[in-house]
Amino acid sequence: MAVRPMVNRDSTFFWEGTQAGELRIQKCNACGAKRFPPGPACQSCEAYDRGYDVASGEGTVFSYVVHRHPPVPGKELPIVIALVDLDEGVRMVGEVAGVTDDEIEIGTRLRVDFNTIDDDLTLPIWRKL
Amino acid sequence: MTGTLSGKAAIVGIGATEFSKESGRSELQLSVEAVRAALADCGLTAADVDGLTTFTMDTSSEIAVARELGVPELRFFSRINYGGGAACGTVQQAAMAVATGVADVVVAYRGFNERSESRFGQFSVAAATQVNTNGLDNAWSYPMGLGTPAATVAMQARRYMHEYGATSADFGAVAVADRRHAATNPNAFFYGKPITLEDHQASRMIVDPLHLLDCCQESDGAVALVIVSAERARDLAKPPAYITAAAQGSGRDQFVMTSYYRDDIGIPEMGVVGRELWKQSGLVPDDMPMAILYDHFTPYVLMQLEELGFCGRGEAPDFVKGGAIEIGGRLPLNTHGGQLGEGYIHGMNGIAEGVRQIRGASVNPVSDAHHVLVTAGTGVPTSGLILGAS
Repeated sequence: MAVRPMVNRDSTFFWEGTQAGELRIQKCNACGAKRFPPGPACQSCEAYDRGYDVASGEGTVFSYVVHRHPPVPGKELPIVIALVDLDEGVRMVGEVAGVTDDEIEIGTRLRVDFNTIDDDLTLPIWRKL
Repeated sequence: MTGTLSGKAAIVGIGATEFSKESGRSELQLSVEAVRAALADCGLTAADVDGLTTFTMDTSSEIAVARELGVPELRFFSRINYGGGAACGTVQQAAMAVATGVADVVVAYRGFNERSESRFGQFSVAAATQVNTNGLDNAWSYPMGLGTPAATVAMQARRYMHEYGATSADFGAVAVADRRHAATNPNAFFYGKPITLEDHQASRMIVDPLHLLDCCQESDGAVALVIVSAERARDLAKPPAYITAAAQGSGRDQFVMTSYYRDDIGIPEMGVVGRELWKQSGLVPDDMPMAILYDHFTPYVLMQLEELGFCGRGEAPDFVKGGAIEIGGRLPLNTHGGQLGEGYIHGMNGIAEGVRQIRGASVNPVSDAHHVLVTAGTGVPTSGLILGAS
């Protein structure tokens, strides 16, 4: 069983995005500041008025791990998990599919894909460009 | 130091259960046993206690502990959040309470069956599904498969290696030092079992770049600490460990174990703690004959040495070389064996070792340990203490 994200009204747009095949980044409607993870108050101008941009879906590995132990629900180990610096300037955690530990390093370029878990949940997942 | 907490309170009693892989008792019983031992250590009784403090994570509430102990009334009770980051924070709470007269005798406790029951090293679905902002924060990591403490630390460790040229062997120096100290501590789980750097390097990978011997052991057990005012401390059985400084710290854009969205994905929250400890105490890193640095994972010990000012950024790999952090070295660390060697009691056993060093009662005594710096859990909002002999 996959671990499901806790979702509230500040983060619903992100998970609706993954279901629509979009990687959405919160953007302040008042000042344009982007942020991830999302939140209700703009950290730049204090506004509560927010929308989102759809990211290009490309980014660069900032750091990564190879998880071997202990078991992770819904995953066959080992898995590679990275911190991805998106070209838009925000950072996300994501699983990198289809690579072994010697096929990834800090600086590796990745592109997002979408992993449909079930009718209600789609997770972003990353692949080597 | 008028107007600060410095020197106003002291730890006068320490108590613990055995540290094991299966205690065979409830978590509540473990805490009660540890509190009784701590009270006996300083010649006080349950009737003297009017305050209790513990971790938000602890499963035994203050009132349950009070009932079992027979504490008649409580005037002060509090909880500190953020896992092991709470450890020194409980002592800070107690010190503030006794320094202001809110309470007279406060006991800080932490007890769990963290090996035989709820294992912290496992992937915690409960952490990902808690109905609060911590649960919402975890939505950005746990569903992606990043959800064990080792994995979250490994992410920071990899970046640290990349930025500063640190190696797995540099992390191994911490494991070797801890296990050397544990080897001569009869209360340590790894008593009589030192390791070499070769053992560390040969241990299996858990989450690259972390080996098994970079990770602390899951443990059952409890520790309790009795805190009273400095005046009252002078009348009690054992030499007081005065609270020279006590601080909490949270950094910019702080998360629990996943502060990945700021430029520096290290542990700047420990820098917040360090700056406050030095300010409160009027001391500097060079004044410290030793330290107890929270060591659930080895890379964090290196990062703490830098955040606390014992060396510059990126210099810890050199700092720990050549036995510098072992007994006889320039800054002995974790003389009880640390959480890698003695047991993982969420940092509370490290505070007890700080008290033993001040008393001259450690199995690995550091000569003239007039001050001991102790830190709490890293990767989370955290806390620290400087204990003093006077």
